[in-house]
Amino acid sequence: MKTLAQAAAALAAGQTSSAALTAACLERAKADPFGAFLTLDEPGALASAQASDARRREGRAVGPLDGVPLSLKDNILTEGVVTTAGSRMLEGFRPPYDATVTARLKAAGAVLLGKTNLDEFGMGSSTENSAFQKTKNPLDPTRTPGGSSGGSAASVAARLCFGSLGTDTGGSIRQPAAFTGLVGLKPSWGRVSRFGVVAYASSLDQVGPLAHTVEDAATLLSAIEGLDPADATSSTAPKTDLSMLRSGVRGLRVGLPKEFFVDGMDPEVAASVRAAAATLVSLGASVEEVSLPHTRYAMATYYVLAPCEASSNLGRYDGVRFGHRTTDPRSLKALYENSRAEGFGPEVKRRIMLGTFALSAGYADAYYRKAQQVRALIRRDYEQVFQRVDVVLSATSPVLPWRLGEKLDDPLAMYLMDVLTLPCNLAGLPGLSLPCGRASNGLPIGAQLLGRPFDEGTVLKTAYALEAALGLQFAPTGGV
Amino acid sequence: MPRADYQVVIGLEVHAQLLTTSKLFSGASTSFGGAPNAHTSVVCLGLPGVLPVVNRHAIELAIRAGLALECRIANVSEWSRKHYFYPDLPKGYQVTQYEHPLCLGGRVVFDTPEGEKAVRLTRIHVEEDAGKLVHEGAASLVDLNRAGTPLIEIVSEPELRSADDAVEYLKALRDVLVWVGVNDGNLEEGSFRCDANVSVMKHDATTFGTRCELKNLNSFRFIKQAIEVEAQRHVELLESGGVVEQETRLFDPQRGETRSMRSKEDAHDYRYFPEPDLPPLVLGAGDVDSIREALPELPRARRARYVTSLGLSAYDAQVLTADRAFSDFFERCVAEAHEAKPVANWFMGELSRLLNETNTTVGEVKFSPAQLAALLRAVKDGVISGPGAKEVFAELFATGKDVQVIIDEKGLAQVNDDGPLLLAIEQALAESPKNVESYRGGNTKIVGYFVGQVMKKLGGKGNPKRINELLVEKLKG
Amino acid sequence: MKLTEQQVLHVAKLARLALTPDEVATFKNQLSAILDAVDELARVDSATTLVAPAGSEGLALLRQDVVQGEVGTEAALANAPQVAGTSFAIPKVLE
Repeated sequence: MKTLAQAAAALAAGQTSSAALTAACLERAKADPFGAFLTLDEPGALASAQASDARRREGRAVGPLDGVPLSLKDNILTEGVVTTAGSRMLEGFRPPYDATVTARLKAAGAVLLGKTNLDEFGMGSSTENSAFQKTKNPLDPTRTPGGSSGGSAASVAARLCFGSLGTDTGGSIRQPAAFTGLVGLKPSWGRVSRFGVVAYASSLDQVGPLAHTVEDAATLLSAIEGLDPADATSSTAPKTDLSMLRSGVRGLRVGLPKEFFVDGMDPEVAASVRAAAATLVSLGASVEEVSLPHTRYAMATYYVLAPCEASSNLGRYDGVRFGHRTTDPRSLKALYENSRAEGFGPEVKRRIMLGTFALSAGYADAYYRKAQQVRALIRRDYEQVFQRVDVVLSATSPVLPWRLGEKLDDPLAMYLMDVLTLPCNLAGLPGLSLPCGRASNGLPIGAQLLGRPFDEGTVLKTAYALEAALGLQFAPTGGV
Repeated sequence: MPRADYQVVIGLEVHAQLLTTSKLFSGASTSFGGAPNAHTSVVCLGLPGVLPVVNRHAIELAIRAGLALECRIANVSEWSRKHYFYPDLPKGYQVTQYEHPLCLGGRVVFDTPEGEKAVRLTRIHVEEDAGKLVHEGAASLVDLNRAGTPLIEIVSEPELRSADDAVEYLKALRDVLVWVGVNDGNLEEGSFRCDANVSVMKHDATTFGTRCELKNLNSFRFIKQAIEVEAQRHVELLESGGVVEQETRLFDPQRGETRSMRSKEDAHDYRYFPEPDLPPLVLGAGDVDSIREALPELPRARRARYVTSLGLSAYDAQVLTADRAFSDFFERCVAEAHEAKPVANWFMGELSRLLNETNTTVGEVKFSPAQLAALLRAVKDGVISGPGAKEVFAELFATGKDVQVIIDEKGLAQVNDDGPLLLAIEQALAESPKNVESYRGGNTKIVGYFVGQVMKKLGGKGNPKRINELLVEKLKG
Repeated sequence: MKLTEQQVLHVAKLARLALTPDEVATFKNQLSAILDAVDELARVDSATTLVAPAGSEGLALLRQDVVQGEVGTEAALANAPQVAGTSFAIPKVLE
């Protein structure tokens, strides 16, 4: 049993119980060689499994997630269960409240096994920036699972659970999904509540699912999406219509942006994406080349705006009310400067420094304001392209999963790896990654589908058709 | 006298707490008191993951203030983050409005010995308050009960030219805010706070001097004193060849001087940018109109109407409009009584005295406008005497009983019928034929003696006016 | 653009980060390299393109002014490094 749908079906048919599924998942998670989890909530998970089984016995099961073990990225708050965001700063932090997405999964009956590893505060593309551990790619443990939601991706790819929630600020759901052979969806900005999600860059952050199949991702989206009174930026848009998932792609117009075939792209990746486009044509879609001229500025735009917002969002970690405090500070200055110096890792400091500089007097016009203006141009590129096509197809990552430690000492090289996933966040679009091929070394290649704002439905049905046509399967290495 | 060569230039920034029950961005209570941090939610604690949600009533109150001060209300305004580190600021930034405030322009009108003056406003914006820091031994303690309380900041143009005008401006501003129910006007508790930007310039200069921002001005007296000593400091600096440095200075009321708060090295760089957690504040069609329609008549307009339409003196108008509820009740009583001056006399006299004595407010008054009107009618119709009316009013105030019931219970009704009056008069005349003779001999003043005698026979309840008339008739024979 | 050591120290002070001399040197180089890459934004003709994002419309969409969601002092202080009474305690602030 691998997928969420399979688990749900087995539970519905009475072939297994949530308690049995949960116990099996916990057992595997405790023996996990890939370092997916930071925290396992064994008593909490078992208790909710038993509650689910009781509901089911009484005929009160609440839906497809009832009793299904899932994991949550450790920047999503869970009441009473330690939430660290992968940072020393929040080591041992027990939130007094649930994130809205946590509460919604609980209300849907899901069993939350624990919290998965991530790049500190979501800042990274390899999960090597976690303060606590490195996570390995279950398909090849010498390689990165991607990041920052690498722990969530590994927990699903290694089959320790049936689905996970990650967060995506510049590709942090889609790129790990691509690297581990999964489906990952970043919803439109405003589609899913951010309340209770540790903020990295507020205008870019979104919560979304990582799962084995498009259907599973859609099921998870359906459980968490929708207006939340606690998030003033959450949208009133109607929920995604999942009845169209299997409706096929006949007549669908697919755009293939030429700017996304970037210099330095792995040729196997490029070929695989073109092959996926051909597959869509064979299914009745039309494909045309489109242009998104400001794509080349997405990296610069993102690496100004995201650090600016991060430098602001991370101001609250001051050692006063929660989080790390330096030993015996003798002054307010020491309290602040030492607590923050000790609590934050190097990548986080780098982005705080960058953002603080880009907002500072004398530089805000050239950096922050300029980047906001270019962001508007990027958004306009997509508005224009989506007048001609229904979805945009590209690679998710220009390269295959790299070896652990390979790019750690060159932050700029690491930033360049995000070039294909950043525009989606900057434009607030829904973006999905699904496996579209297998490289000669056996590793998965991810394709990215982008849609119009709040048109997750079209993205999902396109992915569903492609997934069915391609029939790719990836299995973790090792005995699990 | 170098001081005379200079004029002082003052701009004021007033922070006024909005009278909401919950905070600007969270449901925590704004009430005073309670243990430190009792009135906090995850949002005002600035915990990871929290997001602000705007309190509708705070925006309504801010718009009300803007309309009362003749501002333009922006259809689209924007929230921004203002960054600085301080232990009473939980998130490391304050959510405020920067580039696009809710209210633009406007003015404050106030009276001075030289006549009416008006100072223009730059803007009014909405923002959240910080918490409180108290010092105890080797530690400082952070209490976030106040953190997130909604404020408006009212920024004036640098148009004030004296400390006295600054105080009159502030009093007029406070009157308006309290009058329209936006703020409680309490300087001591800090719900109405003022910072002053002060500079000096020669009378013939065309550009302003360097300004200093004065803080800790928590009474009108201190505001006047602080502005005056700061202006003097600038003049002395300039006259001795020095320069004024732009800085924030704290007023020390004990020493009567200002002193520098932050060194230049710590100059703030607030790194403002639009708050990504809140969409721009976009007002709907009719939002402003419905607030405008509900806006009460403002104190200055009401005062003018009392003089022109009600025929009251400027002094009476001032006294009667010192408090909105008092004035509103006055209006209702005038509407019932159909005359203003007698009502005004009762309000400024007996009612004020009794409210003061019993330490109550007009909202707690037990009688209705109709009852006061009945009392006025009783006086006018001669049913009761002037002193009797005071007695009735005291009882009316104490119990709210019907006026007629009080008159009956206390037996205060005057004898107005000629029958019993004439009977008493004839007895009195019969008892003093000598005095009758004296009157008829030309000593008309003696009628006063007879009035006294008649009143005595009537137990003091005779209508003195009618007694007088009948006596004269009888004496003339 | 290239940052000077002094600029790095100024930014670190604004951001309340104590940096070691090594970190100052590393950040000087890394941030300069990133800013060099980012400086291409200056080439984009963007002056007139800023559009205000659509906001939610009308006061009716905002939160009602009712008290709810207070967590109580125990929960408020549960993660605090240092507490005195029901206050957060920090080293004495002089000003």
